[in-house]
Amino acid sequence: MAYVIECKTHKNTKNCLKFDHKECVLKILVAVKRVVDPSVRVTPLPDGSGMDISNAKMTLNPFCEIAVEEAVRLKEQGVASEIVVVSVGSSAVQEQLRSALALGADRAVHISTDSLLEPLAIAKVLRVVVQQEHPQLTLLGKQSIDGDHNQTGQMLAALCDYPQGTFASRLECKGDEVWVTRELDGGLQTLALTLPAVITTDLRLNQPRFPTMPNIMKARQKPLAVIPLVDLGLATQPRLQTLSVEFPKLRKQGTRVQGVTELIEKLRQEAKVL
Amino acid sequence: MNWLNNTGSQFKTPSALILVEQDPSGFSATNLKLMGAVARLREFISLDVDLVVIGKDCSAVASSAALVPGIRQVLLADAETGEHQLPEGLAPWLAKLARDYTYVLVGATTFGKNLLPRVAALMDIQPITDIVAIESASVFKRPVYAGSALASLATEQSTILLSVRVSAFAAIESGEVPAPVVVIEPPTPQSKSRFINQTPVLSDRPELTTARVVVSGGRGMQNGENFQLLYQLADKLGAAVGASRAAVDAGFVANDMQVGQTGKIVAPELYIAVGLSGAVQHVAGMRESRVVVAINKDPDAPIFQIADYGLVADLFEAVPALIEQL
Repeated sequence: MAYVIECKTHKNTKNCLKFDHKECVLKILVAVKRVVDPSVRVTPLPDGSGMDISNAKMTLNPFCEIAVEEAVRLKEQGVASEIVVVSVGSSAVQEQLRSALALGADRAVHISTDSLLEPLAIAKVLRVVVQQEHPQLTLLGKQSIDGDHNQTGQMLAALCDYPQGTFASRLECKGDEVWVTRELDGGLQTLALTLPAVITTDLRLNQPRFPTMPNIMKARQKPLAVIPLVDLGLATQPRLQTLSVEFPKLRKQGTRVQGVTELIEKLRQEAKVL
Repeated sequence: MNWLNNTGSQFKTPSALILVEQDPSGFSATNLKLMGAVARLREFISLDVDLVVIGKDCSAVASSAALVPGIRQVLLADAETGEHQLPEGLAPWLAKLARDYTYVLVGATTFGKNLLPRVAALMDIQPITDIVAIESASVFKRPVYAGSALASLATEQSTILLSVRVSAFAAIESGEVPAPVVVIEPPTPQSKSRFINQTPVLSDRPELTTARVVVSGGRGMQNGENFQLLYQLADKLGAAVGASRAAVDAGFVANDMQVGQTGKIVAPELYIAVGLSGAVQHVAGMRESRVVVAINKDPDAPIFQIADYGLVADLFEAVPALIEQL
């Protein structure tokens, strides 16, 4: 086993992952993404080459924020000892890393590149970080609200050969396992995953806190390491070619109805949905 | 594309594999929609199509799958190791199987979303998830920014892995002449994950993302108690109940009811928006609905711009009247 365990009694043995033992606590890695704020209306560029986000307000992806919050709560409960946050992108992502530090993460890693990476390439980058940091738990948002791919966590788990708990709405650490309740289309599923594991977070997992001013100030002093992507020596070229990004078909102009009776009649006779 | 004109040893007859989705009834209706997506692919390329069924005691599912018209065969892996369909076991098994196919399709359901990227990473392939249109044998459209835009993506990878937003494709009819069922090697056992339990949502109502009708409330509902009105309406229509982020943030209802960019994406036959202004982030989660009804007392609410039927009225009068007349 490659992971380093911070336990005074069971040095470097897997036994340390038993959580009834007070010194034995998790190291958590949280991967976060910088995205356009969900309240901003974004539109495709006139030439269809992408989205016009040049002046848009940016923020921490809401699902990633939930992942950071969960890590912080695990630390507050004494289950986690250290929280490392990582992001991949231009120097601008340091703003979101600082936001995560302000929420309670301990230190940050910025993998710097000006290229836009596809989920598979991001997963390959994160695998290297996992190999360096040896977290027992890696948390990610289930998807980013820009690309909406919903892939990176599953891919990272595959590349590390770790179990995965996607769309998590509840987490509980039990011995050398993490129990995850997952939100499925038709109900809830609970799985026990052997650590180390990858978890992706869904909306119901928690309600992220607002960072306090003192914590925002403190976050500025926390360590933030910058590693150029090229230093990792990975093949991260895109596999997909974006031909165009365009407006979806506009909904045709609707009609106003005068009352409930007319509405029901239209829904029955015209739309045929009742 | 490489495989279309490759005459070397790597040549393979173009083919597609559909991973069969199962639900409490057995063979899920999702599969007939996946076959609808394959039918669209076949407008561009001639394909041998196989369905694969994985599970424990799932031979009945395979029998239903065999009745899907236009397929070559059903592959059946019926074993202990298929029980609960956990991705740690399924992904390496499916990755091995998938290499022989030009396309692999799964539904963009929680089952498909969970599994496909894990399979793809093991194959070193970048999948295309949540496709809503097929433009050619190698070009696919998918929504980005929760549907604010559609991206067209081309790929030349050796196997094209797709998850399909099932609401975007028409189901094909099931047939009567069964295709052969071939038994294949099941996944090998794994010990990384263990199934504990699975509970259906404690509700008689349909699930938001698969419901035929959705009734959603916004800040205009004023408080959580008033959502009872929407539940009564939903009961009349067999509908699921959703909410805008504003209603969730105001504490009226739980976060899991949120429809929108940061909540659930829905595309029902009928969407009824009640007391809801139609903020960008909400519209992004429901704009693919077939028929949209808006009830709001503010005639300038943006929701009316995307509604097929708009009713400017006080919801506390209109909704009880609707309940009574339905």
